[in-house]
Formats: sequence, C-alpha cells, structure tokens
Amino acid sequence: MSPFLTDRVIEVIYLVTTVLFIFSLQWMSAPSSARRGVLAGEIGMLLAIGGTLLHRGIIDYRPVVIALVAGSIIGVPLGLVHMTAVPQRTALSHAFGAFAVALVGSAEYYLRAPGVSPFMMSVLAAEVILGSLTFTGSLMAAGKLQEILPQRPITYKGQNIVNLGLLAIAVAIAVELVMHPERKFLFPLIIALPLLFGVLMIVPIGGADMPTVISLLNSYAGLSAAAMGFVLDSKLLIVAGALDGSSGFILSVIMSKAMNRSFTNVLFGAFGQVQPSAGAATQERPVRSATAEEAAAILSAANTVVIVPGYGMAVAQAQHKVRELYDALTKRGVDVKFGIHPVAGRMPGHMNVLLAEADIPYDKLLDMDAINPDFPQTDVALIIGANDVTNPAARNDPSSPIYGMPILDVDKARTVMVIKRSLSPGFAGVDNPLYYLDKTLMLFGDAKAFVGDIVRELGGEHR
Amino acid sequence: MPSDLITSLYVFVLAGFVGFQVIRRVSPLLHTPLMSLTNALDAIAVVGAIVIAGEHKSTLSTVLGTLAVIAATSNVVGGFLITDRMLRMFKESRPRK
Repeated sequence: MSPFLTDRVIEVIYLVTTVLFIFSLQWMSAPSSARRGVLAGEIGMLLAIGGTLLHRGIIDYRPVVIALVAGSIIGVPLGLVHMTAVPQRTALSHAFGAFAVALVGSAEYYLRAPGVSPFMMSVLAAEVILGSLTFTGSLMAAGKLQEILPQRPITYKGQNIVNLGLLAIAVAIAVELVMHPERKFLFPLIIALPLLFGVLMIVPIGGADMPTVISLLNSYAGLSAAAMGFVLDSKLLIVAGALDGSSGFILSVIMSKAMNRSFTNVLFGAFGQVQPSAGAATQERPVRSATAEEAAAILSAANTVVIVPGYGMAVAQAQHKVRELYDALTKRGVDVKFGIHPVAGRMPGHMNVLLAEADIPYDKLLDMDAINPDFPQTDVALIIGANDVTNPAARNDPSSPIYGMPILDVDKARTVMVIKRSLSPGFAGVDNPLYYLDKTLMLFGDAKAFVGDIVRELGGEHR
Repeated sequence: MPSDLITSLYVFVLAGFVGFQVIRRVSPLLHTPLMSLTNALDAIAVVGAIVIAGEHKSTLSTVLGTLAVIAATSNVVGGFLITDRMLRMFKESRPRK
C-alpha cells in the first residue's frame, strides 16, 4: 500500500471506531443491550489498535509489542477483582489512564519544544496538568477505598487556599510556557505541582464522598484524554475523551444532588467537608426492638416488602443472605422489591452490581425516584445497613445538617424494620428520628447473621 | 489559530453534546458498568502512545510512550473484562408460570 493510501485507511478505521464507541454507550442504556455495547467497544478498540500498527511512523515494533503484552498481563487481574473492590479498581484505572495521558503529553513536549505554537502549548499544558492531578488524585482515592489510607477526612485551616494556590501557580507557569515554550526547565513544574495538588485534593475527602469524587476523577481523566486528542490532532481521541468527560460530569452531578451538595462543590472537587456532627444530643428515647422470629412473622404476613440496602450490607457481606430472604419471601407470594439510593455503595450504581452478583433480578432493583411513590402502599420497609439516606429529618427538619438531601421515604411504609448493630449515627453524624417512630422495629445485630436468622425462621414454618 | 484546530474544537463540542444526550439515558442501574466502560473506551489513548513508542525519535519519548502503552492497555483489557463480567450478572426475573 502506498503511504498515502495507508494514512487514508487509518483515518477511515478511526472513523468507524468513533461510531462504534458512540453506539457502545448508546447500548448501555438498558441491561438487555448493554453487553452488545461492550462488544461494539471491543471491536472498535481492536480496529483502532490494528489500524495504528499500520502507521508508517512506527519503525520499531519491539517496544510496542512488549508494552501491549505487558499491559494485557496487568489488565487481566484488574478485570477479575471482586465486585466489592470495583470502586478502588475503577479509581486505579482512572489513575492509569491519566498516567498514560500525562506521559504522552510530556513526550510530545520534549519532542516538539521549542517550536510549539501557543495553542498547542495550551492544550499540552492542560493535558499534562489534568493528567498529573488525576493520576495522584485517583491513586489517593483508590488507597482510601482499599482502606490502605485513612478514610477519615484530614482537614486544616486554610486548606482550600493552599490547594487552589498550588493549582494557580501551576496554571501561571503553564501560561509562562505558552509564551515561552523554549523554557524547558519550567515543564517539570507543571507535572510536579499538579501531582502534589492531586494528593492534597483528596486528603480532606471522607469515605462517604467517594461516589462524587470517583465520578469527578472520571471526568478529569476524560478531559485530559480529549486534550491529548488536540495535541495529536486525533479526532477519535477527542471524541472518546469528550464522551468520557461528559459521562463523569453527569455522574458527578447526579451524585452531588443525591448528597445534597451544590454544583460549585462538584466543580471544585467536593472540597466541602462533611458537616460537623450537630452537637450529638442523643437523649435516651425509647425504641421498639424485635427478634428474628417476630420479624419473620411480620414479613411473611406482608403483601409488599421493600428492602433498602446500604453500604453496611456490603461491608457485612450480607448480599447472599439477602438473596435467600428474597427467595423465601417470594416463594410465599410476597412482592419484594429493592429501593436503591444513588449513593448506596462506594461509587455510582455500586449497590446494583452487588445485588445483581447475588442473583437478584435487576427488574426488582428500583432507584429512588421509582420506588418512593410505592412506600405508602408498602407493608414493610426493611432497612439493611443504610442510615442517612432514610433519615426523615432530611425532609422535615430544616435545622438538620442533612436537610434537603433526597431520601428514600421509608417512614411512609406501614411498618419499618431496621437491621443495625446499635443506635450510633451514620456518616453525617446525625441522629435518625426514624428509629424512634412507633411503627419502627429495631433489629439489633450483624446484618448477615440477622438476615440469616430471619431466613431460618421463614424456612422453619414449612416443617 | 489554524483551521484544523477549529475543526477539532467543533468535534470536541459536538462529541460532548452527544455524550451528554447518550449518557443521560443510561439507567442508574448500570452506572458502575458505565463508568468502567467509558474508562476502557478512554484508553483509546493507547493509539497515540503506540505511535510515540514505535517512532523511536528519542530515548525519552520511547520510554515514556512504552510506559503509556502499558498503562493504557491494562485499562483496555481490564476495563472491558470487568464491564462484561458485571453485565453478565444482571438477569431479569423469569415471568411466573
């Protein structure tokens, strides 16, 4: 093939890949077509990589082949992690993606400098700054999710000023480079400062904010890849980066709304800390508690049950027991559904994956807006390991720190049952008035053990 | 500003709009696989890295390019693999007889 023809072939292949990528996301809209979406993405990726190998600029295939093989070897275990570890895996892959982008940006700068046009230098700087801060930020997030690093937010006075100041200095240096691209000694600074910023950005963020943070990092990773597309003049990369960037952005907005955080809060990396606990004035109030036997009797007499799982359920590894409960109740003709709050779990949609893994049919998993109108007609709302997302104070107590946060209206069900170790408050450090309602039964104990006991009681009546 | 950069900006803006419209329709049920899929697609950066790794223009660029190919490829392989594993788990309840 003539070089000219090869170039054209590669262009066409990239165009086909772009179309396949858009279809891939389009097909993700429903579970029935989603796997087709993955296939479309895989075909597009293979075509693009194959086409790129035809590139006549490549004169030495050894590093390319070695790197492709090594990357695949690293990728396989990352694709086989346990479902509870998916959030940290995702954070890690944001880090890898951003790492690749920052490296390519650096390589491009040193190959091109000093002959870099102002526009080119601007996108190069954007690529490297975004890539670097996303790299360390994602590593920090992965560390916190994996619980290697303390999940407690670490804050100090003037933190925002220090962090934003650091970023501002990096941007100022980038502007200097745009005007004087030959000043090569400045370039390492627009890598080092954002690397540091990425670490400091995640330090003040606690475990409960991870769904927002991970979405935001997703968005940054996408934008840095789009910037790389500008540098390499690759429309395919620009499209992929823009798709990833807008996806992360939409998820950040959904998560921030579900956490009752403002939009600027999202843009500035969820800098707002978890509000201090509102003077935990937990006076002794009577609660009603029940045994597994009583709970089983109430559940089996119900017509409709909505189970509200929170991350506590996943921590207790109770999802398979919950599935047994679902089976036992369904067998008795009880209509069982699941009400999923957007921030249940450690990343967007995490709870759905955990329940799907336990073989609970996805048409029984309903998001907050879909399930809330059902609560007034629900006999029993069973809350397992969730707290703040069920707190009615968010709806009717303007003095509550979580006031305004959208919640699951479990208090509208006829009976509420809460499986919980103790009356301790949740992430936000807010007392939950739900526990003191007359219709609420507290089931004190470990989620897995307690659900197991209920299942045993339900099975026992057959004998 | 050269005209190809203007074209790139158009592509970026339009792709962002397409992304917005397409992603908005993804059910919250699938937000986790969505993120791992976009992550894998984003690793298309591997095509840029491959060229830099293979061009052999300088030792530095070859080393940086090679590392970038490794990082991006692991995202491609791991991302598609885990997305498909997750999606395989989503099953509909069988209609009752």
